[in-house]
Amino acid sequence: MQHSLLQFRTEGIYCVPGDFYIDPWLPVARAVITHGHSDHARWGMQHYLCHHHSVPVLKVRLGADISVQGLAYGEKVDINGVQVSLHPAGHIIGSAQVRMEYKGRVAVASGDYKVQDDGLSTPIEIVRCHEFVTESTFALPIYNWASVAQQQEQLRNWVVQNREKGKVSVFVGYALGKAQRIMQALEGMGKLKVHYAIAKLNEAYATAGVQLPAYEVLEVDTIKAGLDDVIIVPPSLVDSKLLRKIPDRAEAICSGWMQVRGARRWRAADAGFAISDHADWQGLLDVIKGTGAEQVYVTHGQTAVFEKYLNEIGISAAAVTTRFGEEEETEETPSTNP
Amino acid sequence: MKEFATMISALDSTNKTGLKQEAVIKFLDTAPDEDKLWFLALFTGKRPRRKVSTALLKEWAMEISGIPEWLFRESYASVGDLGETISLILPEPEALNTQSLAQWMQEISQLDTQTEEEKKRFVIDSWQHLAHMERFIFNKLLGGSFRVGIAAKGLINAIAGYYQQEPNAVAHTLMGNWQQDEVSFDALIRGEYIQSHRSRPYPFCLAYALDKDLPELGEVSDWQAEYKWDGIRAQLIKREGEVFIWSRGEELITDQFPEIRDALLQWAGNFVIDGELLVSRDNVVQDFSDLQKRLNRKTISRKMLEELPVVLYAYDLLEWELEDWREKPLSERRLKLEELIASREGEHIKLSAIIALESWTELPALREQARDRNSEGIMLKHKYSPYHSGRKRGDWWKWKVEPLTLDAVLIYAQKGSGRRSGYYTDYTFAVRSGEELVTIAKAYSGLTDKEIQEVSRFVNSHALEKFGPVRTVKPELVFELAFEGISLSSRHKSGVALRFPRILRWRRDKTVKDIDDIENIKKLIG
Repeated sequence: MQHSLLQFRTEGIYCVPGDFYIDPWLPVARAVITHGHSDHARWGMQHYLCHHHSVPVLKVRLGADISVQGLAYGEKVDINGVQVSLHPAGHIIGSAQVRMEYKGRVAVASGDYKVQDDGLSTPIEIVRCHEFVTESTFALPIYNWASVAQQQEQLRNWVVQNREKGKVSVFVGYALGKAQRIMQALEGMGKLKVHYAIAKLNEAYATAGVQLPAYEVLEVDTIKAGLDDVIIVPPSLVDSKLLRKIPDRAEAICSGWMQVRGARRWRAADAGFAISDHADWQGLLDVIKGTGAEQVYVTHGQTAVFEKYLNEIGISAAAVTTRFGEEEETEETPSTNP
Repeated sequence: MKEFATMISALDSTNKTGLKQEAVIKFLDTAPDEDKLWFLALFTGKRPRRKVSTALLKEWAMEISGIPEWLFRESYASVGDLGETISLILPEPEALNTQSLAQWMQEISQLDTQTEEEKKRFVIDSWQHLAHMERFIFNKLLGGSFRVGIAAKGLINAIAGYYQQEPNAVAHTLMGNWQQDEVSFDALIRGEYIQSHRSRPYPFCLAYALDKDLPELGEVSDWQAEYKWDGIRAQLIKREGEVFIWSRGEELITDQFPEIRDALLQWAGNFVIDGELLVSRDNVVQDFSDLQKRLNRKTISRKMLEELPVVLYAYDLLEWELEDWREKPLSERRLKLEELIASREGEHIKLSAIIALESWTELPALREQARDRNSEGIMLKHKYSPYHSGRKRGDWWKWKVEPLTLDAVLIYAQKGSGRRSGYYTDYTFAVRSGEELVTIAKAYSGLTDKEIQEVSRFVNSHALEKFGPVRTVKPELVFELAFEGISLSSRHKSGVALRFPRILRWRRDKTVKDIDDIENIKKLIG
């Protein structure tokens, strides 16, 4: 076997011949970023390289003064002799798999990905490679998502049911990715009112030329919600004073974890919808098999289980420790507008 | 079954009583009567016997989905429920079967006479024709274990509201020993059925923990004080020559206490008595651990009857000569109870003594000493109170002794089930034994959701095992455990058993060096 292009270091995933890191968690000189979620795009890198559509997201989150270069999908750059290109991961807007080619050997670090086409992110492209780094957030056979059309119908039906009972629908989802999917599903269902943290990221979508349904920013001081409204907030606002100002409300959490009854009951929302920006069990397997990789590295999630399963079905896999997924999107969300 | 599945799903996804009741009412509005009857039957534990072993269900599910057993086990550890795990790993249904819950129950009950091959064909075919939630319910019905996610009180109030009945009457009806093939839903709910049944118990009257100073209760002479006994709360029913003993869990336990049953059979009259079953020797109430040895046995040996004699301490009289006495004041009920017991023979039924009090100031000291009598504290009941159904604030108070406590370190963690299936919620704790650690107790409750998440993160990053549901962790996190009693036990490595251990608080200020030593703990044994 040829020498691996990748090393798993304390700073992050390291491309050896290219001398750069992918989604590092400690400050380094050169970072290639798969997508804008806070566990992948961290503060403190001297230089960032990411997809064009992630540039505004990184600037919103890490500061307008960061040194960042945007790439189009498929566009190649040479970093110390390594051909680097980004390919759609289907996770959120601008999410990319990082393809690295050096002396005929190809490694792909996929960050987070999903197979379902959500209509907002560019659909995933399966990239043939020798080494593939995969996530394993939902790597158990209990996680199988309904189709996007079914998911959207579930959300819309729930809004209708709530209105019949005189309740305002409140959706909870990550500000980047999930919130926009919820908005898209509910287009035409009334006035969409989104929290400031979501609106801020919606602007990044607009900058990237992605059309979102019309929305208003939620007035947090004088919050008034009528039956025609649909409220969308990030997870940090669950149980907040802000939401309690809406007396007759029903709250729904949109997350892959909601697939399991126990998780739905734990969160004790009025409803839970299993809608995820991560691949489900079959999705993970399809992508990994599609890459044809001879060596798979399993990061964040069900690492031990997935490593064992892949080896059992004849795909050489090794679990690696990263700091992805540990605080995905739990960053402080301002509860008042600045 | 769709209406039923919709309700179960709604009951599952909220813990607000109002929303749960809303879901029940929607079901009552839309489901056929035969399904409603099944719902009540399932709710009250009148479930059919297990038709197919869970091992077979698991085997068939693995076969269809092509999943190895270890991966099934991992999935199960993550979901916390076998029926749900199976439902989740199966492929999407091909088409949907829309028959009613009652029809399903009918088909399931016919499995008794079928071969394993026939059962397998039926189960797999059903799986292929049910949506996820229905499939999960179907598995539960097959496995003979079904819990409906609403408290009895919430359900009873919803039904009572919907059919404009007294909640008491509905509770009364549901608790009885009815068979769903002998009654109609309407007749059952309207109480037409209970007349004919001698076994029917009343809902127990329960007390809230005292949350005010004693003088705020008013005149001490208006109150009846008793010891709060730590046994099995029971209702003894004798009507027209038949005896029934019900536990508070609404189970008939008549045959587990033959000495009580036989004594009552000798007694004249019809009556319903509320009391506590306790092991008592020479008029001294014994520790709960003695009573525990008598529980859940198929037969009670003569030796056991001699060594662990059970006595009922009578608290209250609910019915006398088939007349409901619950609305009469406690003082009147008590008088009749005293008269009843005084005039009848036998050492197995005694009065729970009233503590004579001149003033409130005497009570705190008595409470302090309650544990010496194997009592949990003091009960205070207003002398003019009726016998309420369930928990009602104001007339009855329990004033328990402060729990005993010790500091222990977390050594094993296991994922919870149900609501808590995603997190490590079941903990095993150890205390010091010289230089070593010995396990002292398992505890499940007492932490906030936030703390559970924090402990889970610790477990995830400090676990020695990668697979399976149990994790051994580095002994580092110290917790203060509360418990109600302690006794010597050969079953536990530490040599002691704690009664009702639970986590009082997380002692972040303490390290493993600060935990208690087993020798000191043993000194607590009275």
